[in-house]
Amino acid sequence: MIVIESISKSFDDKKVLSNISAQFLKGQTNLIIGRSGSGKTVLLKSIVGLHEVDEGQVFYDDRDFTSMKPKERKKLRQEMGMLFQGGALFDSLTVEENVRFPLDMFADQTTEEKKKRVDFCLDRVNIEKANHLFPSEISGGMQKRVAIARAIALSPKYLFCDEPNSGLDPETALVIDELIHEITVDLNMTTIINTHDMNSVMEIGDKILFISGGEMGWEGTKHEILKTDNQKLNEFVFANKQYRQIRDARIENKD
Amino acid sequence: MNFFYHTGRYFTLLYQVFSRPEKHRVYVRKLFREIESLGLNSIGIVVIISLFMGGIITLQVAYNLTNPLFPSYLIGLGNRDTLILEFSSTIMGLIMAGKIGSNITSEIGSMRVTEQIDSLQIMGVNPASYLILPKIVAVVFIFPFLFILSVFFGLIGGLIVGPAVGAVTAPDYINGIQYLFTPYYVTFSLIKTLFFGFLVASVPAYFGYYVKGGAFEVGAASTKAVVNTNILILVFDLILTQILFT
Repeated sequence: MIVIESISKSFDDKKVLSNISAQFLKGQTNLIIGRSGSGKTVLLKSIVGLHEVDEGQVFYDDRDFTSMKPKERKKLRQEMGMLFQGGALFDSLTVEENVRFPLDMFADQTTEEKKKRVDFCLDRVNIEKANHLFPSEISGGMQKRVAIARAIALSPKYLFCDEPNSGLDPETALVIDELIHEITVDLNMTTIINTHDMNSVMEIGDKILFISGGEMGWEGTKHEILKTDNQKLNEFVFANKQYRQIRDARIENKD
Repeated sequence: MNFFYHTGRYFTLLYQVFSRPEKHRVYVRKLFREIESLGLNSIGIVVIISLFMGGIITLQVAYNLTNPLFPSYLIGLGNRDTLILEFSSTIMGLIMAGKIGSNITSEIGSMRVTEQIDSLQIMGVNPASYLILPKIVAVVFIFPFLFILSVFFGLIGGLIVGPAVGAVTAPDYINGIQYLFTPYYVTFSLIKTLFFGFLVASVPAYFGYYVKGGAFEVGAASTKAVVNTNILILVFDLILTQILFT
C-alpha cells in the first residue's frame, strides 16, 4: 500500500499540488484522473521521487520515502516499475536488451535465467518475435507493452503508469488497460495509473482519485463516479458524450 | 552569476558521475561500446583532416621559407612541431568537440526529453554515472591514440604534398621531421589530450543531462555544448602551456 499525506508542490511561485492525501491499495489499480494540467503527472512524479515534494510525506508500506537517504531510496526503487507516457524504452537497446536491463543491473542470475525471465515477461505482455528489434522498429502499442514487460522484470511491488493510453487507438488502449489490471492482480502489486481516459476509468478503476487544479477533488470507485454530485468531476466525466448518454438514460429511468 | 550556477551544477554532476557503479560488468560492456562509437568511429575523420592539414602546413612553411639560407629540411621540422604542439592536440580537440561533443549532448539530451533518464532513475540506477562515466573514460582513453594517429598522418600528408609540389624533397623532409626532435613535446601534448578528452566528454554531457523541453532545446544545448567546450579547450591550452613549459 502507498499512502500520501498532505503533499504540496510548487514550481517557482506556481503552486501545482496543494495538500493532497490519499491511500493507494495493494492488488488494485488506483487511478489518478483529472484534466490536462491539473497536476496528475506532478503528483505521480512526486510519489516516485522524480520531484521532491515541498510538504507532506509518501509512505511505501509504512516506509517513509520522503525522509529516506539516497541509498535507501535507490534500494526501494528496485521494488518499483514505471511505464512512462512515451514508453521511455532505451533507443540503443533491442526489445530483449531493454527488458533484460533491470536484470543485468540488479539481479544475481545466470544468463540462462535472465533469458527465461525476459521471455516470460515478453510472453506475459503478448510480444512475440520482436526480441531483436529496436524500439523504433515496433509500433506504439508494442512499445508500451515492452515497457510494461521491462517494468515487471524485477517483479516489483509497485507499478506506476503515466498516461498509458496516450497515442493509442481505442482497441489497443483497452488491451493495455486489461494487461495492467491483470498484472496488478496476478502479482498483487500496488498500481497507480495517471489517466484522463474515461474508458480506462470505467474498465479498470478499482479506486479513483480526481485531481482538480492541483487539489484533491474527489475519491471513490468506478461504480460511484457516475452517481456523484461533485460538479467539477461531473464536468470532467460527462464531457464524454457516451457517459452523458448513460447519465441521461439513468435520469429518464428514475422519472 | 550564471557562470557560478553552471560551474556548481557541473561539479555536482561530476560527483554523481564518479560515484560507485551499480554493476561493474554492465559499465565495462558500455565502455567498450563507447570506445567504438565515440573513438573508433572518429578515426576516419582524424585521418582525413590530419592528411590534409599536414599537407597544408608543409606548403605554408615552404612558401614562407623563401630565404635560400634556410635549409629545406626545416619544412619537415616545422610541420612536425606544429602537428605535435598544437594541431594534433588542440585543433583536433576542437574538431572532436564538434563531432563527439554534439553527439554526446544530443544523445543524452534526447534521453532526457523522452524520459529515458527518469526511467533509469526509477529503476534505481544512477543515470549520471551509467550514461556519462563510460563516455568520459572512453574519450580520455581514446584521445591520446587519436593524437598519435593525427601526428602520423599529418606527417604523411606533408610527405605526399611537399615533394609533389616541389616544395621539398622527400629525403630532406624526412630528415627534417627527425631533426632536433624533443620528446617532451609529445609528453606535453599527450597530457593536454587527457584534459581535452575529459572536457570533450564531460561538458557536452552536462549540457545534455540538464536539457529541458524538446527537440529544439536539444539542438540549442548541442550548440551551446560545442561552443563552451571549444572555449574551455582554448583556456586549458593556454593554462597547460604556461604550466608545462615553465
